[in-house]
Amino acid sequence: MEFLNYDFMQRALLAAVLVGITAPAVGIYLVQRRQALMGDGIGHVAMTGVGLGFLLSWSPVWMATLVSVLGAVLMELIRWYGKTRGDIALAMLFYGGMAGGVMFINLAPTGSNANLTSYLFGSLSTVSESDVTAICVLAAFVMLVTLGLRRQLFAVSQDEEFARVTGLPVRALNLLTAITAAVTVTVAMRVVGLLLVSALMVVPVAAAQQLSRSFAATFAIAVAIGVAVTLGGTVTSYYQDVPPGATIVLLTIGAFVVLTGLAAPLARRRARAAAAARPPADPAECTIPASRPTGDQIGV
Amino acid sequence: MSEPVISLRGVRAELGSRPVLRGIDLTVSRGEVVALLGANGSGKSTAVRSIIGQVPVSTGEIELFGTPRRRFRDWARVGYVPQRTTAAGGVPATVDEVVSSGRLSRTRFGVFRKSDREAVRRALDLVGMADRAGDSVGALSGGQHQRVLIARALAADPELLIMDEPMAGVDLASQEVLASTLREQVAQGATVLLVLHELGPLEPLIDRAVVLRDGCVLHDGPPPKAVGQHALPGHDHVHPHAAHDAEPIRTGLLS
Repeated sequence: MEFLNYDFMQRALLAAVLVGITAPAVGIYLVQRRQALMGDGIGHVAMTGVGLGFLLSWSPVWMATLVSVLGAVLMELIRWYGKTRGDIALAMLFYGGMAGGVMFINLAPTGSNANLTSYLFGSLSTVSESDVTAICVLAAFVMLVTLGLRRQLFAVSQDEEFARVTGLPVRALNLLTAITAAVTVTVAMRVVGLLLVSALMVVPVAAAQQLSRSFAATFAIAVAIGVAVTLGGTVTSYYQDVPPGATIVLLTIGAFVVLTGLAAPLARRRARAAAAARPPADPAECTIPASRPTGDQIGV
Repeated sequence: MSEPVISLRGVRAELGSRPVLRGIDLTVSRGEVVALLGANGSGKSTAVRSIIGQVPVSTGEIELFGTPRRRFRDWARVGYVPQRTTAAGGVPATVDEVVSSGRLSRTRFGVFRKSDREAVRRALDLVGMADRAGDSVGALSGGQHQRVLIARALAADPELLIMDEPMAGVDLASQEVLASTLREQVAQGATVLLVLHELGPLEPLIDRAVVLRDGCVLHDGPPPKAVGQHALPGHDHVHPHAAHDAEPIRTGLLS
């Protein structure tokens, strides 16, 4: 455990744990409302923020937070007032965001594509003291929202129309989900990189679903998987000198494959237990009631 | 029969450019059970969805418990059962979790107390799904799923129940459970507005039927008697409704 002696590894591990918790915690709501790729879209938009940060010599993390929050709100508005083709509008937002990022970073005096690469694919070893502060603050916000409002967010993501009739502020909650997802993207950006962020939001949830029947269990298992793979990936990248972001994502997909393999016998056992618990069904043969009235006998 | 719980006056609504409601008047008084009948495309679902604010109304007035709907905030008094859809969330959820979301309107900031848990349990008992509380809703049959949606609406102890086609695609056993659940709610003084395709097993409960046709009220009075094939016990009214305007209203009132 000598890696714990290095300051940069301590920072990297702290950042990794926070990402492992927050990414699946937000991702589960996106998966529930079938917007699994929203994180990917926000990641693209965040690139413009990183580029602007370099251009204006501001913190790229905070600038990316600002721009991706704006982008996420815009996506949510497109979803509401989807008069034009929603997917086309979103595509323009994604690619505009990516192109803007590349353009701004090349215009910046200190920026180069090498800087951008560390944001695209993650660069744990260069996580600075101020990055860690930003990540801690943002992660606290994400956890507060995803845990504190879990019942409200569950209701809205499960059945939006019903949620509106129970008087929940559905639009505000949808906006909050979008903003929280945007914040999570920037939290995870330094660890797994903008292009791989969405994997950590979606794949742990998909893996957890293989084992769980309830939303609460899915949430807990997904976060556990998230923390395990981010820690495991960070330590592996320290020893093997491989990129941490890619390692983490490949580990997550590995977890999904293993859990899917485990789930099949589990589901069979559950089905058998359920069948045994239920009273025997009607006899398999058809029985026709003796005196079923026919149409002819009914007076019209 | 004094205080109107639902009141629609001259309500018009369009979906796109097509007028769906063309001046509807409808009043449901406290304790009444009213069925909204009509062929597909007659506007009965749209009428219900305009009451709960899911369809914008171009002209006319809607009041809930005497308050204009725009200013109505007391949604815990309304239990809504949407038309059952096959679309479920992308994440598994248990029966208990889904029914609990119906109780949110009675909680402060979504914090569940003991009384809230009891209300959820009561609602599950009412529809006979208490033993399935821990099961995933994805593993339920259509009828069981419908019972869960009704329990979700009942979890808030509503005074007014609004149900959109609660019997559609529901097996016979679940239909009986639903009918007895509804009977119990009515006995306790609930007001009910139901969208129905046909009266079916709920017929004895219904005080009044409102029949819509092409967005207008065609009949408002005692429930029409079923005739012909439709009077057969256990008749399951399933037709392919290709062209709604070709579909006559099978109420027997027109003959």
